[in-house]
Amino acid sequence: MIVAEQKPLDEIKGLVGDARKVLVVGCGTCVTVCFAGGDKEAGILASSLRMATRIDGTPKDVTHLTVQRQCEWEYIDPIGDSIRQADIVLSIGCGIGVQAIAERYPDKVVVPGLNTTFLGQPSEQGVWEERCAACGSCILGVTGGICPVARCAKQLLNGPCGGSQDGVCEIGKETPCAWQLIYDRLSAQGRLQLIEEILPPKDWSTSRDGGPRRITRQDLRLAAEAAE
Amino acid sequence: MSNPSLASTNGFKSGSRLERVLRAGHFAVTGELGPPQNADPEVIRKKARLLAGACDAANITDNQTAIVRMSSIGAGILALQEGLEPVIQMTCRDRNRLAMQSDILGAYALGLRNLLCLTGDHQSFGNHPTAKNVHDLDSVQLIQMVAGLRDQHAFQCGDAIKGPEPRFFIGAAANPFGDPFEWRPIRLGKKVKAGADFVQTQLIYNVERFAAFMERVRKLGLHKQVYILAGVGPLKSPGMAKYMRDEVPGLDVPNQFVDRMAAAAEGIDKEDKKGRNEAFRREGIQIAIELVQQMRQIEGVSGVHIMAIEWEEAVRPIVEGAGLFPRPEVTAPTAAEPAVQS
Repeated sequence: MIVAEQKPLDEIKGLVGDARKVLVVGCGTCVTVCFAGGDKEAGILASSLRMATRIDGTPKDVTHLTVQRQCEWEYIDPIGDSIRQADIVLSIGCGIGVQAIAERYPDKVVVPGLNTTFLGQPSEQGVWEERCAACGSCILGVTGGICPVARCAKQLLNGPCGGSQDGVCEIGKETPCAWQLIYDRLSAQGRLQLIEEILPPKDWSTSRDGGPRRITRQDLRLAAEAAE
Repeated sequence: MSNPSLASTNGFKSGSRLERVLRAGHFAVTGELGPPQNADPEVIRKKARLLAGACDAANITDNQTAIVRMSSIGAGILALQEGLEPVIQMTCRDRNRLAMQSDILGAYALGLRNLLCLTGDHQSFGNHPTAKNVHDLDSVQLIQMVAGLRDQHAFQCGDAIKGPEPRFFIGAAANPFGDPFEWRPIRLGKKVKAGADFVQTQLIYNVERFAAFMERVRKLGLHKQVYILAGVGPLKSPGMAKYMRDEVPGLDVPNQFVDRMAAAAEGIDKEDKKGRNEAFRREGIQIAIELVQQMRQIEGVSGVHIMAIEWEEAVRPIVEGAGLFPRPEVTAPTAAEPAVQS
């Protein structure tokens, strides 16, 4: 899932600025599951903003609503009336949701209430960890199902570096060394030969380095749009 | 020989002094020189004069511990002018493959001949922790690229180099005490396969454990394919010994050295800071001498890499104390010298 966390309230107040009518828009998918931008968080943020701005002496009219997926037109089109009535939209979807609303309602000021952080999973209750860097060219088949691009601080393909000690990364004791994990798993599976070979320089063109990415599936396109 | 640059190195891979010392079978000594956090060439010149003659070549660190310093290549040129052969360190943290190759071309054109390929400390340790890191290549892939420039006369993308290719003596680092311990010799093997000519290890204080590492290295036959220089560093104080024992990832400092350092100033008045410091430093140098002598006894160790950062004065007494001074004179490769093929 996409994992995000809420920005500090002071920063959000700064982003909202002088606008009086604020619409907080939550999203019912990834950021709901990671407790950052679902309906519950939208409600709490709206009331926090109301209280804070009342205390500041400039009370705002803050309302909230939540759509199932902010990143799809079909879910954000039906909330057009609410959006048009607001002075500003405070999206607590991920960065995709913020941009989708901004693109669909180009006259409206849309600001983010979250920092979109990574693609990951909850590793235990209340803890989320990054798992995928969306590099566009998956090597998990070679690295024992553990991604060094996302999980090694230096994205090493032929690790571990000299900073791996007692299973943790040199950057901090909270960070497991991805290459220790890879070694342990492949060793247990008797498949270490996979990483005895040198992994060649990665083709980063499929990653962000190749520019914004786009996938076109002709088999899924509507005939009319494909013909345009 | 049709290739003009091959002819000029006369069968040597690079013709560097370090390569010639090792190829002649001498026990090599390399040092280390940390560039300043400013643009003062005198700092380099002064350190280079301390190291020249005491070692065969000296590493010039590349934004070591992720702190901005004078560039390794720039400082390397200054060192060369003082008669000290530099080993240019290059990390994968700060440059992508384009910048690396262009720096390698420039470094070679300026007369530099040794290149040590490193991953680089994480930027969170340094003075720009908010920087973006690069890691386009890792150290193994960097070695492969430098070897390709030299031996295939080709850039990393495969395009042929039209004109003289950069011919470096290629170094790699190894940390025998990094984890997983069992994997370290295999990873060293990957660096050898990638094209490393010499290897410098992380600082070693636990000789017994290093000897166990070397035994596995010998079983893999790596000591016959690459020159291994064992890392040695003089301890400055009991505090430094403790810090390195307890705080530095990848270092293994046995208690006996911490105890020896602590005992070194026994009998010296606590107020006599100068006297105590001198006593600590004498003991640190003595321990380093003993370590060098022990490394020499380990089969497959071709030399030592003495890291005395901000204490360059210590290198010569260590080298002398270990009976490795003066350093051998090796003649520059000439057309008359018979070609040695590796």
